[in-house]
Amino acid sequence: MTRTAGKVGPVARSVDVIVVGAGHSGLAMSRCLAEHSIDHVVLERGEIANSWRRERWDSLRLLTPNWQCRLPGHVYDGSDPDGYMTMPEVIRFIDAYARRIDAPVRTDTTVNSVRNAAGGYEVVTDRGVWRGRAVVIASGAHGIPAVPACSAALPASVRSLTPFDYRSPAQLDDRGVLVVGASATGLQLADEIQRSGRHVLLAVGEHIRMPRTYRGRDIQWWLDAVGILDQRYDEVDDIVRARRIPSPQLVGTPERATLDLNALSDRGVELVGRLVGINDGKALFSGSLPSHCAMADLKLGRLLQTIDAWTESAQLSSAVDAPEQFAATRVPQSPRLSMDLATERIGTVLWATGFRPDHRWLHVPAFDRKGRLRHDGGVIPDAPGLYVLGLNFMRRRKSSFIHGAHDDVRDLSHHLAAYLGGRTPLRVAS
Amino acid sequence: MNVTTTRVDNGVNVEALLGARAALTEAPEAARFKWRATCSWVNGTHSRSTVQGFFGLGAEQSHKTEFAYDADHPEVFAAEDNGATPVEYVLVGLASCLTAGIATVAQNRGIQLRSVKATLEAGMDLQGILGIDSEVRNGFDGIKVAFEIDADASHEEIAALVAQSQRRSAVFDIVTNPTNVSVVVK
Repeated sequence: MTRTAGKVGPVARSVDVIVVGAGHSGLAMSRCLAEHSIDHVVLERGEIANSWRRERWDSLRLLTPNWQCRLPGHVYDGSDPDGYMTMPEVIRFIDAYARRIDAPVRTDTTVNSVRNAAGGYEVVTDRGVWRGRAVVIASGAHGIPAVPACSAALPASVRSLTPFDYRSPAQLDDRGVLVVGASATGLQLADEIQRSGRHVLLAVGEHIRMPRTYRGRDIQWWLDAVGILDQRYDEVDDIVRARRIPSPQLVGTPERATLDLNALSDRGVELVGRLVGINDGKALFSGSLPSHCAMADLKLGRLLQTIDAWTESAQLSSAVDAPEQFAATRVPQSPRLSMDLATERIGTVLWATGFRPDHRWLHVPAFDRKGRLRHDGGVIPDAPGLYVLGLNFMRRRKSSFIHGAHDDVRDLSHHLAAYLGGRTPLRVAS
Repeated sequence: MNVTTTRVDNGVNVEALLGARAALTEAPEAARFKWRATCSWVNGTHSRSTVQGFFGLGAEQSHKTEFAYDADHPEVFAAEDNGATPVEYVLVGLASCLTAGIATVAQNRGIQLRSVKATLEAGMDLQGILGIDSEVRNGFDGIKVAFEIDADASHEEIAALVAQSQRRSAVFDIVTNPTNVSVVVK
């Protein structure tokens, strides 16, 4: 059935549900909607798995092992379950999924706006208008690199790069590099740039330290086994804070190596405190580096205690290796507090300061005063029929991981089916 | 600089300070000082800090007497208001450091002061310390210091005094530039 949107407007195509984005989340939702026999379309601005193709640096591998990569009706079946997928492998994995579930994807279709319309939503794309009773936002949590305001004060001699712009050290000049941020992104980029022969300073604020393996198992196996990845958004004390926790300091390598601040110090990376400002060509760093490192060491200790206690109570102590200790993070005697970027020959500042979702095309009154989409585990209370997927700790701690989409999409597709069926959707329980 | 025939006296012994400067240039080790404070929790947000001993000129030194400072929070914070808040002590430190500097620089420049009054105001958004908004910093979002100075000097000379006092102020440096802080549990 087609209807016209206004007198002279273009003919709008109609469908029950419009999914925005054909990454792993959007495709998983498509698969669940098909199981509910719900008519839908998946609109994709580029190709399937577009962000994985265009917005990642060359050396990146997933932080999760292959065995953990699973989507509804799709599991990793290769020969290296303990390995970590490269980006081409992730793209192949998601491409194969799209073919397997025969998802109704419209590629090269950019959504320019989503607005309320009679009976649902109007979705305007660069290839025509769609109307749907419901819309699922599956465009990801990493749409826009979050760069601090002080970046505007960088001197003209210094190049400012985000992880979206960065591909490999080859694109940098031979001067030093200040990497800002000590999450997985910051540590990985600091490591590969230092190894390329350029001097790297790493500005370290609050961070999460994790070994790649513990007692012979991947740390992700432990997080899964202990139940941490399944913790629900409505069970934690402070979900706003939990959603802002930076990604743990992990890297996926064939060697299953641990990448922490000590490893970077050993390779010659200079640790400095959190970047607090740029003044007169000088970068200023907080004096809180020892405090942030001590905090991360304490948190790591608590995590390992939780794992050990679980292992004990599950009577698995003999099935895994003995408990391990990790050396405290070494902090320079008196970390540098300021640096003249020109005289110290810094050529590039790389902002590994996180990302935020790009919802600029979403014109519904569902944002808080900070411009964040208000949602209750992916259900948007201010906009019935509107759902979001894949945000940090959206329904569970694992929500932003590929395997995290599975449970979230199952929950939300049930909610959506009830909504379309005119039933009062139950609050989705675990 | 004003050249006056009357003797300028701001109560600062500039000759002694200049002598110390010359002596410490020759013996830089003696210039290394350690300032100390202790603080004991009393109850609630009320604490009492004391200062007395410090290290400098190569030896342990002491104030003439122990000074004690009560810190607390006001009643609008559901506290008992037994003293200034810790952040107000920061303002006290900044104001008294700049003021001491003004007196010293004025003495050195031969400027007689009659009155110096500083008024300070610092903005703070409590959304930071209350954890409401992680993008809001815990500390001040800015400090404003206004000096009213009556002295035998032109407006420009007074402005230059105030500028020089900032250039040589320990507390101005501490609050404007990062400092390494290590906190340990004994």
